[in-house]
Amino acid sequence: MATFLLRRLGLMVLTLWLLTLIVFFAGQILPGDPARATLGNLAAPSAVRALDHQLGVDRPLLTRYGSWLGGLLHGNLGTSYAYQTAVEPFIRAALINSVKLAALAFVVVVPLAIIGGVIAALYAGRTVDRVISVTGLSLSTVPEFVSGIVLLVVFGVELKWLPVTASAGPGASVLQQFRHLILPAIPLVFVLFGYIARMARAGTIDVLNSDYTRTAVLKGLRRTTVIRRHVLRNSLLPTITVIATQTGYLIGGLVVVETLFNYQGLGNLIYKAAVAHDFPMLEAGVLIIGVVYVVATLIADLLLTWLNPRLRLGGSQ
Amino acid sequence: MSGSVPQPAEPGVPSPVDPAVPVAPLDLTGGYLGATGAVAVAVASRATPARWQLLLRRPTFYAGAGILLFWVVCAVFGYMFAPYNPLAQQLLFNNAAPSAAHWFGTDPLGRDVLSRVITGSRDILIITPLATILGTILGTALGLAMGYFGGAFDLVVGRLVEAILALPFVIIAFLFVVAVGRSIVGITIIIGLVFTPLIARTVRAAVLVERSMDYVPGARLLGENPGRVMFAEILPNVLPAILVEFTVRLGYAVFALATLSFLGFGIPPPTPDWGADISANYIGLPAGYWWQTLFPALAIATLVTAVILIADAIEQVLAS
Repeated sequence: MATFLLRRLGLMVLTLWLLTLIVFFAGQILPGDPARATLGNLAAPSAVRALDHQLGVDRPLLTRYGSWLGGLLHGNLGTSYAYQTAVEPFIRAALINSVKLAALAFVVVVPLAIIGGVIAALYAGRTVDRVISVTGLSLSTVPEFVSGIVLLVVFGVELKWLPVTASAGPGASVLQQFRHLILPAIPLVFVLFGYIARMARAGTIDVLNSDYTRTAVLKGLRRTTVIRRHVLRNSLLPTITVIATQTGYLIGGLVVVETLFNYQGLGNLIYKAAVAHDFPMLEAGVLIIGVVYVVATLIADLLLTWLNPRLRLGGSQ
Repeated sequence: MSGSVPQPAEPGVPSPVDPAVPVAPLDLTGGYLGATGAVAVAVASRATPARWQLLLRRPTFYAGAGILLFWVVCAVFGYMFAPYNPLAQQLLFNNAAPSAAHWFGTDPLGRDVLSRVITGSRDILIITPLATILGTILGTALGLAMGYFGGAFDLVVGRLVEAILALPFVIIAFLFVVAVGRSIVGITIIIGLVFTPLIARTVRAAVLVERSMDYVPGARLLGENPGRVMFAEILPNVLPAILVEFTVRLGYAVFALATLSFLGFGIPPPTPDWGADISANYIGLPAGYWWQTLFPALAIATLVTAVILIADAIEQVLAS
C-alpha cells in the first residue's frame, strides 16, 4: 500500500511538473506584447519597453520559467499584467464561483446518470437502453451553449420562470443564488450525463455477466437483492474514475456557460485573460484547473483502491 | 454514408474500409465506447464473417444518415437553393420575426437567418472531418507506439498525454487559435492536434490487448521490424476500435468547432457559421429575438445528433 501511494504521488508530481511546462510555454506562444496590450496602441515605444522591463518579460524564457515556478512553490501565483496586482484574489473569487456552479451540476448529474446507466444496463439492447444511451450520447455532444440557448429562450425569455443571468448580485441570499444557477447548471448536467451514464452502464453490464452474479441468481436470491448487494456495489467502481476525470472537462464547459450567462467564474476569467494577453492570470487560471483535475484523479484512484482490495494487493507486490 | 464497400478479402483481416462501413465481428461481451469498449471491439474484430449489412438494419443508422445527408446536401448545394444571399444585408428589415418571406426571420443586419443556417453547414462539414482524420492518424500512430513499446516511452508519453488531458480541450484550442490566428487550415490542425492524445489513449488500450496475443511475438521472431509489426500486424486488428473512436470524435469535432466559433475563435466573419451567429446574436435574446439564435442552435444539435446516431449504430453492429 505504501509503495502504491508513493508511486502514485510520484506520478502526480511528474504530471504537475509537465503541466507547468505546458501552461508556461503555451502562454509564451501567444503573440502580442503584454505591455503593448496593457498600454494600448498609442503608447510610446519607450513606455512599452519600460513596462516590459518592469513586468520582467524582457528576460530570457528559461529565467522567467524558473522564477515563475519558484514563485508557485512558494504559493505565489504571479502578478497580473492588466491589473498590476497579485492574481491570487481574482483566482480565488472566480474559483469559488465556479465551484458553486460545478457543485450544483455534479449533485444533480451523478445520481441521475448512475440511475440512468444502471437501468440501461439492466435492459441492455432493448428500447429503454437504446433511448437512454442514444439520448445521453447526443446530449453530451451538443455544445453547452446550444442547449443553454434553447433553455434561455424557453425558460428565461418566453416563460420567464428563471433569471437569465447567473450572478444574483451582491448580498443575494443562498436561495436567490441557487435560482440564478439553475439554468447555467442544466447544460453542464446534459454534457456530463452521457459520459457518466455510459460508464455506469458498462460497469453494470460487466458485473451482470460475471460468475458471482450468476451464482447469486442461481442460488435463488431475489432479483432486487442480487442487484443491490452484488451488482451495484461492484459496478460503480469504474464510474468513480470517470466522474473524477470529468472535472477537468467540466471547467472547459464552464468557459462557455459562464460566458453565455455572464458569470464571474474561472472559465470566464481565463477567457478574458487570454483575450487581454494577461499571461500571469491566464497561466495561473489554467494551472489551477490542471491541479484540480490531477488531484481529483488521485482522490478517485485512492477511493478505488480503498473500495477494491484487489487493486491494493496488486499495488504492493 | 454508403454501404457499398466490398467486404475484406481475407477473413479476420479487416481492410481499411470506408469509415462508415465497419468490418463486423462477433462479440458477446456487450461492447461500449471508451477504452474498455475499444478493447472489446478490438478483440471482437478477430471473429470471421463480415456482417456490415447489419448496419442497414439499424433504424438509428437510417435516422443519423438521413440527417447527415440533408446537411451534406446543404453544404454542397446550399448557396444555390438558399432563398437569399446569406451575406446580403437589408437594414430596413433587420430583426424581423419569422414570416412567409423570411421563414426563420432576419438577424440584426437584416440577413436571412434561413439562408445563413443552410449555407453555414459548409465550413463545419469541411473542417470537422479533416480535423478528425488528422487526429485519428496522429493518435493511432502515437497509441500504437505507446502500446507496442511500453516501458519508459509509454510512461513519459503517457504522463504527457495525461498532463494535456488535465487541461480542458476548449482552453487548449483557444490558446492555440489566439497564437496561430483564425484560419480554416489553422483551426482544422488545432482540433486534430487536440484530439490526438484522446485517440492515442484509446488505441493504446486496444494495442495492449493485442500485444499479449501469440501473433505479435510470432511476427517479431520472423524478424519483422517494429514498424511493420505495429502497422501491418497490429493495426488491422485494432481498426474497428479506431473506427468507433473516429465517429464519436467526429461528433466532438462539431462540438469543438461550434464552441470555438461561439467564443469568437472560429471561422472568421462574415462567412455564415452557426456558432458565430449564435455568439453574435444572443445578446438579442432578452429583447425577444429568439429566432436569430434558436435556429442555428438547432442546426448544431441536429448535426451532432446525426453523427452520434451513426456512431451508435456502428458500435452496436461491431458489438452484436
